[in-house]
Amino acid sequence: MSDQAVTTTEAAAVNSPARTLPSRGRIGMMCLILTESSFFAIFVGAYIYYIGKSLTGPYPDDVLRIPVIATICLLSSSLTIIFASRALRAGGVRLFALWWLATLALGLEFLIATGFEWHHLIYDEGLTIHTNLFGTTYYSLVGLHALHVTVGLIAIALVMILTVTGCVDRRHAERIEILSWYWHFVDAVWVIVFLTVYVVGR
Amino acid sequence: MATTIDHSLPIDGAAETRDRPALGRVHEWVVTVDHKRLGLMYIGGGLVFFLVAGLQASTMRLQLAIPEAGLVSPEMFNRLMTMHGTAMVFMVGMPILTGFFNYLIPLMIGARDLAFPRLNAFGFWLWAFGSILLYFSYIGAPGLYGAGSAPDVGWFAYAPLTERAFSRGSSTDYWIIAIFLTSVGSIATAANLVTTIFCMRCEGMRLNKMPVLVWLALVVAFMMLIALPPLSAAQAMLMLDRLLGAHFFDTQAGGSAILWQHFFWIFGHPEVYILVLPAFAFASEIIPVFSRKVIFGYNVMVVASIAIGFISMSVWAHHMFAVGMTAAGNSFFVTSTMLVGVPTGIKIFNWLGTIWGGKVRFKVPMLFSLAFLFQFLIAGLTGIILAVAPFDWQLTDTYFVVAHFHYILVGAILFMIFAAIYYWFPKATGRMLGERLGRWHFWLFLIGFHLTFDTLHFAGLRGMPRRIYTYEPGRGLEAINMLATIGVAFQAAAVLCFLFNVVKSIRKGEIAGPDPWDAWTLEWSTTSPPPEYNFAQLPVVKSRRPLWDLKHPEDPDWLYE
Repeated sequence: MSDQAVTTTEAAAVNSPARTLPSRGRIGMMCLILTESSFFAIFVGAYIYYIGKSLTGPYPDDVLRIPVIATICLLSSSLTIIFASRALRAGGVRLFALWWLATLALGLEFLIATGFEWHHLIYDEGLTIHTNLFGTTYYSLVGLHALHVTVGLIAIALVMILTVTGCVDRRHAERIEILSWYWHFVDAVWVIVFLTVYVVGR
Repeated sequence: MATTIDHSLPIDGAAETRDRPALGRVHEWVVTVDHKRLGLMYIGGGLVFFLVAGLQASTMRLQLAIPEAGLVSPEMFNRLMTMHGTAMVFMVGMPILTGFFNYLIPLMIGARDLAFPRLNAFGFWLWAFGSILLYFSYIGAPGLYGAGSAPDVGWFAYAPLTERAFSRGSSTDYWIIAIFLTSVGSIATAANLVTTIFCMRCEGMRLNKMPVLVWLALVVAFMMLIALPPLSAAQAMLMLDRLLGAHFFDTQAGGSAILWQHFFWIFGHPEVYILVLPAFAFASEIIPVFSRKVIFGYNVMVVASIAIGFISMSVWAHHMFAVGMTAAGNSFFVTSTMLVGVPTGIKIFNWLGTIWGGKVRFKVPMLFSLAFLFQFLIAGLTGIILAVAPFDWQLTDTYFVVAHFHYILVGAILFMIFAAIYYWFPKATGRMLGERLGRWHFWLFLIGFHLTFDTLHFAGLRGMPRRIYTYEPGRGLEAINMLATIGVAFQAAAVLCFLFNVVKSIRKGEIAGPDPWDAWTLEWSTTSPPPEYNFAQLPVVKSRRPLWDLKHPEDPDWLYE
């Protein structure tokens, strides 16, 4: 008996004309985002649970200032990365490099602003992770997010280097887009962290 | 009747391998990204830790055989208990089950490897080093008195016992880092499995044509993606508490010890289902083949699996009835826990429906599967009993609970792991696993299992608490504990039979051929063991049983599905 039932073209015609399975990169990145969301959910949950439970000061409404500029920078970097991704898809590597550089700069600005905020809190207000529950939850949640921003920036910087050395072109548009999903995720998490820490928590 | 396709390519890789020196062959295994080798390494590594953690359990059982025995100190008992629990979940259950999925999924969906082979190798080595790190704590973690000491805070590591003030030295840090590493490895594997199943299926393998095992792997992988991070997150918080002086679980600074319990069980309960769903998966492949029937109610089976995945995410606090939650909280978790019995019951009826009227072949894999059905039913029933909050208040932290969850972990999961090993061993090695020793293994293990864990229910009903290193005479517990320990001897003898059988069969077992069980899924269409590329020509399938179609062209399945 031959291998007909399993391999004939007839079978292919009956069952599955021109299948399109999703690309591995997209599904893989979705999995990463799903699992990271679960990780963040626990930290956000802990933050909300401990709002107002600090036994000693300083308390959030005494020391927290809303990071307006940093937030604007980070959220607009989501736009610039979309422009970059579109530019590359259309084949405009130069335009892509420009928008990509803008994304990198905006992300860096966010990280620097967080650094200044922490410096202010630690040296001027005397709030550390050890001080009270607010310090514990604040530094761990904002720090966890900042860690993700850092990882994203490292990836973006790597792509930037590859672009400058001429290794990135239109064929990489899909990979760039998948990387941008991670960046959008980091931004979306910031919206939640921002609402939790600076709106609900104050 | 030639029922399989010739999958040999002109290049003969096997001959090349045979001539390599031993070191070269070890090197090949270390650097491999082949899903089959990684799967086998997962299963082999898991079995090694199974022996270690099993010996630890036997030591505890010996200590408890008679009242006020002095075999181990209380401190050592705590370490044994912690390491046994932690290892059996993270170093035995998880790797063996992911190992099987690693090995089988690409073969079953007609792919040449997982979606990200290098990520797969990365996950395996994270697991391996995490596991070694956990056991290294025996010599590497100075405790309070300067001597090396393993973690001793229980596998659940309840706060505030794990805080710096109460757990001196670094043994708890070892626990945190080791489990964190293996969890990251498992998450990587889960992402890999999901991507493989969505993106790598062969021609004609639509989602509803996949074997039930693949569906269950998909559910398990999603559960791992969602349920493992809470543990990692809680461990990160505990690490901050211990190393940087944060206050997450520090009750003196307003932190909550209960929050740890919630976080732990948000992971911990889905984890039970992550471990038991693969057992369901094996049963759903083995029972039809040995009943010579199509699986009964494929669609219902799949829907029930997904339902279990969802419901099991919302039952975690039934581990915490004794904490003192609100009445509404208790009622919610009682209800959701009982609800999970519905899809599970559906599955049991479907397996029975598959056997019903079938031409049952009582080979070793089927024997283990039948015992699984019976034992899983009982474990489920005691689970429903424990879901009743007032009953749980009475019996929480007694041996009734220990007996209940060992009925799942041993009676259901371990039995199905053995079944799966007997069933797929011929595929992986090309040789059959001996039937006679297999029967010895089965019957000895069955007797030992029931001697140990049936009796422990009664120890619990008589009020014997968990996690104690000894008990007083004259409380009616002596005979029960002695019987339970005798059961361990039977189980140990069974495991020795099994190991001897494996060693013997690898070298001298009967040659299996590609399809020794006359099975129907794609892994049996290629040679045993499969070539590195799995299929010379990627298969095209038309039904859920492609090999049935191949063997019975006059009556193919795709006419009816």
